[in-house]
Amino acid sequence: MTTFPLMAVLLPFVAAFAGLLLSRRPHRPPPASSGARAADRQAGTRAAWIAIIPTAVSAALAAWLAWDRGFAFLNNTGSGAPTGHTYGTIITGGIPISLTLQADNLSALLGVLVTLVALAVQVYSVGYLADDPRYPSYSAFISLFTSAMLLVVYAGDLLVLYVGWEIMGLCSYLLIGHWWEDRGNSRAAVKAFLVTRLGDVGFLFGIFVLGSAAGSFRVADVLAKVPEMSQATLVTATLLLLAGVAGKSAQVPLHTWLPDAMAGPTPISALIHAATMVAAGIFIVARLFPAFLAAPPTMDVLAVLAAVGMLGAALAALAQDDLKRVLAYSTVSQLAYMAGGLAAGSDTAAIFHLVTHGAFKALLFLCAGVVIHHVGSNLMTRMGGLRRELPITFTTMTIGLAALMGIPPASGFFSKDAVIAAMDDAVTAGTLTDAAALLLYGCALATVAVTGAYATRAWLRTFFGRARAVPVPLPEPPPGTAHVVDVTEAPRTMLVPVVLLAVPALLLGLAGGLHMEVGVAAVGVVLALLGAGAVYAFWRMDPLADPARLLGPLRAPCEQAFYVDRGYAALFVRPVLALARLVVRTDDTVVDGAVRGSGRTVRGLAGVLRLAQNGNVQLYVSGLLAGVLLIAVGAVVFT
Amino acid sequence: MHIVYPAVVSALLFSIGVYGVLARRNTILVLMSVELMLNAVSLNLVAFDVWLADRLHSGQVLTLFVIVIAAAEVGLGLAIVLALYRNRRTVDLDHLRALAEPATATGPEQEDLGAGGLTGTARESPQPVNVAVPQGAAEERRTAGGGEAQAEGGGGGGQAVRRERGTP
Amino acid sequence: MTEAVPSYLSPTGQEVVFLLLGAVAVGSALLVVTTRQLVHAALWLVVCFGALAGCYLVLTAEFVAWVQVLIYVGAIVVLLLFGIMLTRAPIGRSADLDSGNRVVSAVVALATAAILVTVVIDGFRTAYTPLDPGAGAAKELGASIFATWVLPFEALSVLLLAALIGAIVLSRTDIPGGSPPMGPAPPTGPAPPTGPATGRADPPARGDPAPPDRPSDQTSGGH
Repeated sequence: MTTFPLMAVLLPFVAAFAGLLLSRRPHRPPPASSGARAADRQAGTRAAWIAIIPTAVSAALAAWLAWDRGFAFLNNTGSGAPTGHTYGTIITGGIPISLTLQADNLSALLGVLVTLVALAVQVYSVGYLADDPRYPSYSAFISLFTSAMLLVVYAGDLLVLYVGWEIMGLCSYLLIGHWWEDRGNSRAAVKAFLVTRLGDVGFLFGIFVLGSAAGSFRVADVLAKVPEMSQATLVTATLLLLAGVAGKSAQVPLHTWLPDAMAGPTPISALIHAATMVAAGIFIVARLFPAFLAAPPTMDVLAVLAAVGMLGAALAALAQDDLKRVLAYSTVSQLAYMAGGLAAGSDTAAIFHLVTHGAFKALLFLCAGVVIHHVGSNLMTRMGGLRRELPITFTTMTIGLAALMGIPPASGFFSKDAVIAAMDDAVTAGTLTDAAALLLYGCALATVAVTGAYATRAWLRTFFGRARAVPVPLPEPPPGTAHVVDVTEAPRTMLVPVVLLAVPALLLGLAGGLHMEVGVAAVGVVLALLGAGAVYAFWRMDPLADPARLLGPLRAPCEQAFYVDRGYAALFVRPVLALARLVVRTDDTVVDGAVRGSGRTVRGLAGVLRLAQNGNVQLYVSGLLAGVLLIAVGAVVFT
Repeated sequence: MHIVYPAVVSALLFSIGVYGVLARRNTILVLMSVELMLNAVSLNLVAFDVWLADRLHSGQVLTLFVIVIAAAEVGLGLAIVLALYRNRRTVDLDHLRALAEPATATGPEQEDLGAGGLTGTARESPQPVNVAVPQGAAEERRTAGGGEAQAEGGGGGGQAVRRERGTP
Repeated sequence: MTEAVPSYLSPTGQEVVFLLLGAVAVGSALLVVTTRQLVHAALWLVVCFGALAGCYLVLTAEFVAWVQVLIYVGAIVVLLLFGIMLTRAPIGRSADLDSGNRVVSAVVALATAAILVTVVIDGFRTAYTPLDPGAGAAKELGASIFATWVLPFEALSVLLLAALIGAIVLSRTDIPGGSPPMGPAPPTGPAPPTGPATGRADPPARGDPAPPDRPSDQTSGGH
C-alpha cells in the first residue's frame, strides 16, 4: 500500500506518453480524406481507452488510500501517519531533495477528488471531442495533468511538489490552447501561462526561503521547524508563496487569466480551471497552514485579497453573458471563499469547501458543456427554455447551482456554512486584525447574496423563458469546435459523468460531519434567497431582458470585470511594449549602428592602407628597410 | 691598416646598393645594385679575415663562395628577367604590379593594368592570368598606332611609348 | 692586434692606396646607381669591381682579387650586358631609369649609411692590423679550401649546377611548365614599321613570337 501514491502518479504519466506515441501506431500515410477520418476515429478510440483505464485505476488506488482515513481531515479526527515511501534522495549542493510520495489525511482526500473528477472529465471528453482530430493529444495532456496534480497532492517534499505544480501550468497552457487555430485561444493560453508563471516565481522563492530556513524541503520537516523560524522569515516566505497561490488559484491581483482560460474546451474548464488545478493554491496553503498561521501579516493580506476577490468576481459573474465566463468568475469567487476560510484560520472549512466546490463546479461546467454542445454558443442570450430539451442536464445543473448558492440539502450549503462560521469566529478571535476580519466577513455575506443572484440568473436565462436558440442558420462552426446540433440531449459518455457527479455535489456535504451553526446558516440561506429573489423579480418583469440590469450603472464595470484587464494593459503591457520597441530601436540604431559604424570605419581605414598596397615592390622593400633601420636605431640607442 | 677604412667603404657601398635597389626602375639595374651590396659584404669579409688572421682563411673562402653564388644569382636573375620580358614586354619594376590589390570598380590603382584598361577587355576578363596577352597585344598596337594610341592610354603603357620615342 | 693603434693622421702608404681605391669604388658605385645610361651603369660597375679588386690586393687577398676580376668583371658584367641587350633596353640616355620613390630610397639609403658608418666607426675605431703579404695567396687559400672547406665547396658546385638548370628552364620557351610562350601575334598582324618617333628599325620583329631573332635586331639598333 505504500507504493499506491507512486503508482497513482505514474499510471497517468505513462498513459500520457502512451497516448501520444501509440494512438496512431502503426502510422499509416494519410490516404484520401475518408480514410484519414477513419484513421482519426480509430486513433481517438484507442486514445480514449489509453486515457480512461489508467485514470480509473488511479482513482481506485486513490480511493483505496482514502478508504481508512475517510474524511478524517475535515473532522480533525486522528492524525494517522502518512502512507507512503521515500524513493531516495537527490543530493544537491545544499539542501537535499527527498523523493517522497505519501498520502496523509489531506492528500488522500484530495487525491480522490482529483482522480474522480479527472475520470469523469476523461469519459465526458470522449463524447465532447468525438470528432476532434487532435483528441489523442488532448486526452494525453489530461492524463499528464492528472499525474502532475497527483504529484502535487502526494508530494512529501516541496520541490517535488513544485515539479508537479509547473507541469500543471504547462498542461493548462496546452489545453487552453487546444483550438489554437483561433488566435484568441492561443493568446488566452499565453496569458494564462505568463500570469501563473509570474506567481510561480514568487512561489519558488517562497519554497527556497522556507527550505533554507528549515534546512530541508520535506514538508514535515519544514512544518516542524516553523516554531523556530523568525517572524520575518515566515512573513517573507508565506508572502512569496502567496504570490504563487494567487497565480494558480486565480486570486485577486493575478486572477485575470482564469476567465480568458475558458477559451479551452469545456471539460478542461471543468477539470483544470474549476475543480483541480486552481484548487492547488488553496491546497498549498492548507498544506503549509502552520507556517501561514505563524505569519499574521500574510493572513491579513490573504483575507483582504479574498474579500476583494470574492465580491468583485461575484459581481462580475452577475454581469457576464457568456455562460462559461459566469462560471469562471464564480470559480474565482468561490476560490476566494476558500482563501477567506484559510485566512479566517480554518483550513478544514476551506478544504471542505474545496472538495464540495470541486464536485459541484465540475458538475456545473460539464452541464454547461452539454448546454453549449446543444446550443452551439456560449452566450446566454442564445439560450433559454432549455429545460424541456435537456431534462437531465436541467436537473443536474439545478443541483449544481443550488450547491453553488448554498441551498440546504446540497453540498455547498454545508461547506459554505463552515467557511462563514469560521469567518464569524475570526471576527471575535483569531490571528486576523479586526479590520481585515470584518471586511472579510462582510464581503463574504454580501457575496452570498450576489452568488444567489448570479446563479439564479444563469439558471433562469438558460433553462426558462422562451427558447432563443434559433435553430436557424448557425454559422458553420469553426473546425475543431464540436458544435453539432443534435436531436438527442447528448452522447451517453457525456451524460453519465454528469449524473455521477451530481451525486457527490448533492450529498457530499453530509459527509463532512453535520456540525453546523444554525444562526450563520440561516443568515446565509436568507441572503442567498434574497439575491435569488431580486433576480427572479426582475426576470418576472421582463423575461426576455437580462436580469443583470438590476446592477444599474454598475453593470458596465462589472461586465468588464472592473477594468482590471484594461488597467493591467495600461500599467504593464503597454509600458513593456513601449520598452520593447525602444529596445528594438536602440538595437537598430545604437548597437547595430556601432557595428555598422565600426565596419565602415575599418573599411575607410583599410582604404587608406590600400593606397600602400599598390604592387610596387620597391616601395615594400623601402618600408621594410626603413623598419629594420628603426629597429636597429632602437637597438643601438636603447641598449 | 685600420680596419675602419674597409669597413666604412663597405658600409658606403652597401648603402649605395640599397639606394640602387630601391630607386632604380630597370630590373637589370636593380640586379647590379644587388651585386654592389654583395661586394660590400665581400669586402667586409676579406678585411675582417685579415684583421683576425684566421688560419683557416674562412673569410676569404667565404668571399669566394659569395662570388660563386653571386654568379649563380645573376644567371638566374637574368633568366627571370628574360622570362618576365617575354611575358610582359617590360622589365620596369614599377609596372609589374600584379601584387597590387585587384582593382575594384572605383579603383584608381589599376594603373598597372593600363593597357587592359585601354582596350577595356582585360578588366572584364574572367581570368586575370590572361591579362598579359592582351596587354602585350595592346602595347603592340599602341606602338604601331602612334599618336592617338598614346593619347588614349594613360599610365605605364604611355610612358613606355614615350621612352622609346625619346631614344635618339 | 689592437695594441698601439697608430694615429689616423699619419696614414701609411697602403692606407693611402686603399683609401684612393675605396674612393674610386664608392664613386663609381654612385655613378652606377645614378647614371642615366643603362650601358654606362654596367661599365661603371666594371670600374667599381676593379677598384674593389684593388682593395683586395691591398688587403693581401690576392687570390680573391683575381677571382673578383675574373668572375665579376669578366663574367657577371658581361652577363648583365647581355641581359640589357636581350630585354631591348634603350641604349643611350634615358630620363626615366629612376622610379617614383627616389626620394624615399635616398632617405632610406642615407639613413642606412649613417647608421652603418656610425656603428662601424664606433665599433672598430681601435682595430688595427699590420698587413702581411702572402696570407691570401692561392696556395694558402687552396690548401684551406680543399682541406677544411671541401664539403661546402662540393655543395656549392651542386648549387651551381642547380642554378644552371634553373636558368635554362627559365629561359627556354619550349618546355611545358616552363615560362609560357610569348603572346600570340596581335590580331592585327605585324604593325607597319613606321612611326616617326621610334628611331629603331625593329618594330616588326617585336610582334614576332620567336625570341632568338631579337638580339640581332638589338645590336643593329640606333645606338
